[in-house]
Amino acid sequence: MPVITYRDALNAALREEMHRDDRVFLMGEEVGVYNGAYKVSKGLLEEFGEMRVVDTPITELGFSGVGVGAAMVGLRPVVEFMTWNFALLALDQVVNAAAKMLYMSGGQFPMPIVFRGPNGAALQLSAQHSQAWESWLAHIPGLKVVAPGTPYDAKGLLKAAIRDDNPVVVLEGEMLYNTKGEVPDEDYIIPLGKAELKREGDHCSIITSGKMALVAMQAADTLAKEGIRLDVVDLRTIRPMDVDAITASVKKTNRAVVLEEGWEVCGIGAQVVDYIQRDCFDHLDAPVLRVHQADVPMPYAKAIEKAAKPDLAKTIGAVKKVMYIEA
Amino acid sequence: MPPKKKPDGNGPAESALDRQMLHSMILQRRFEEKVAEAYALGKIGGFCHLYIGQEAVSTGIIMALREDDYVLTTYRDHGQALVRGMTSRSVMAELFGRIDGCSRGKGGSMHLFDRHVNFLGGHGIVGGHVPLATGVGFAIKYRGGDQCVVCFMGEAAVNNGAFHESLNMAGLWRLPVIYVIENNRYGMGTALERASSIKDMYKRGATYNIESAEVDGQDVWAVREATLEAIARARKDSSPTLLEVRTYRYMGHSMSDAVSGTYRTKDELDEYRKRDPINLCKAKLLADKTITPGDVDAMEKEIAAVVQDSWDFADASPEPPYEALHEDVYVETTT
Repeated sequence: MPVITYRDALNAALREEMHRDDRVFLMGEEVGVYNGAYKVSKGLLEEFGEMRVVDTPITELGFSGVGVGAAMVGLRPVVEFMTWNFALLALDQVVNAAAKMLYMSGGQFPMPIVFRGPNGAALQLSAQHSQAWESWLAHIPGLKVVAPGTPYDAKGLLKAAIRDDNPVVVLEGEMLYNTKGEVPDEDYIIPLGKAELKREGDHCSIITSGKMALVAMQAADTLAKEGIRLDVVDLRTIRPMDVDAITASVKKTNRAVVLEEGWEVCGIGAQVVDYIQRDCFDHLDAPVLRVHQADVPMPYAKAIEKAAKPDLAKTIGAVKKVMYIEA
Repeated sequence: MPPKKKPDGNGPAESALDRQMLHSMILQRRFEEKVAEAYALGKIGGFCHLYIGQEAVSTGIIMALREDDYVLTTYRDHGQALVRGMTSRSVMAELFGRIDGCSRGKGGSMHLFDRHVNFLGGHGIVGGHVPLATGVGFAIKYRGGDQCVVCFMGEAAVNNGAFHESLNMAGLWRLPVIYVIENNRYGMGTALERASSIKDMYKRGATYNIESAEVDGQDVWAVREATLEAIARARKDSSPTLLEVRTYRYMGHSMSDAVSGTYRTKDELDEYRKRDPINLCKAKLLADKTITPGDVDAMEKEIAAVVQDSWDFADASPEPPYEALHEDVYVETTT
């Protein structure tokens, strides 16, 4: 199977879906002539022309709304945010328009639109450019939210998102674009709402998604050398969440760590822990712990930036704690 | 100012159109008078924004459109919905929060929708729907049709970033969108002079390379004429237009506000009422003998019956069942 980057996997998903359905178009800042700020849309302008690969002014609220309007009358827009940090300017369109249109019209206006772009911290980009938005977006009924962690998942989830008749938020990892993995050339989709067990073990569960899935797999590989077997549940879709996959894992291992990139308060992990306490209360051998970003805006300086981020060491520490192993 | 010369001429077809326009305006007026009554009785809840005084704007514009064109508007949407061909029954039932409402009782007064007549809402965030209309214009161009889309907004929305972003794109990409500023003088209780650095709203079109015009919004023929020009521009050249239609709202911002007292005087209101759009239209049609006083009486009678029927229908329609609560959050994907 070909080994390609996460970036090229997304590019392949866009290209294949644009060939498959001429109602699909890509819109955003620098997606055309510049080939994408992160080169995800490389070559698409040449292939599909400027009506289907639309360079916009820097106008997030405006072009998101253009996407919503186009979706109301039957097109299938893919709206790219240069980063999700800029999408805050567009949240009225994502939340008040896209997510609610079907409901407040009594079912008359489905909203087949994708909002996608890089999410989460990169390196030393400081406070305004280093944020993970999962919990904000997954809070909203009417939206679906996916966060692929691998190139294989990136292609399959983006294709599924484009074919879905509901608004789907695709949170790509800014630090993942260069990562590589096996991705089939042929057409496949990953159904939305299905988690994947990325490592199988019976000592402790890690429930995670997106970029943090890689950290969880590293933790599993590292701890395997010490004889600790981790069950790594990669949610892949954050809304709707695959609760069965979470509870099946925790009922097997009786211990859990929830690993996420964002902040602690009202984070995705809080929701996961709630599902666990509701459905697995009698199965737990230890309190569930969470690993997340420190409760501060992201700093610039290297050492304290590292200290703010969830990472392998913190994850291993949390696993050992729930297993009552002295560090 | 007397009403304009009728842009369509004076033949029998035009006379029929004139009668339809008068009918449309009276229907909106009587319908909303009934809505106010229902609101007072608690049959309608929430925010409810009446359009009374502005009927020539919806009529002059929407009746100039084709069936395959699109309309988007604000939360002050009852009048436009009726002109666009939504039934009084489906609108009243929506206001009553009943299952037979156009949005199945889930949208209410601010969120009227009907895809069968390309009425794309009823939107509740000031300015928030202006990018949507721009997107409909984009879709028309994408598909290569000669339709157009009308986007109604109040004059206060013009100060919102969504307006600026949308008109910039429509001007840049030449989209067939007709942006209509219904300048009724007040954004809730704030007079436009206190909110906008530019008092002539239409002049903002120049900023975006968009043709614009100022229109007398109490004169249905003036509104129609300006709209026909904008439509021609959209269909022939795929070009946008910005119309500032000067009108006046007789009622409070919503049903919870006093009609006058805090931010405007009763004298001002009385002054504007002298140029009532329905009276102006009626007087002209009576004067040129397009209609007789008997015709007007018959029209009023027929409309009163339609409006009462919409009330009876809404009142008899069931509330949405519990299952409806969880429906329409997501749609089953079929592709």
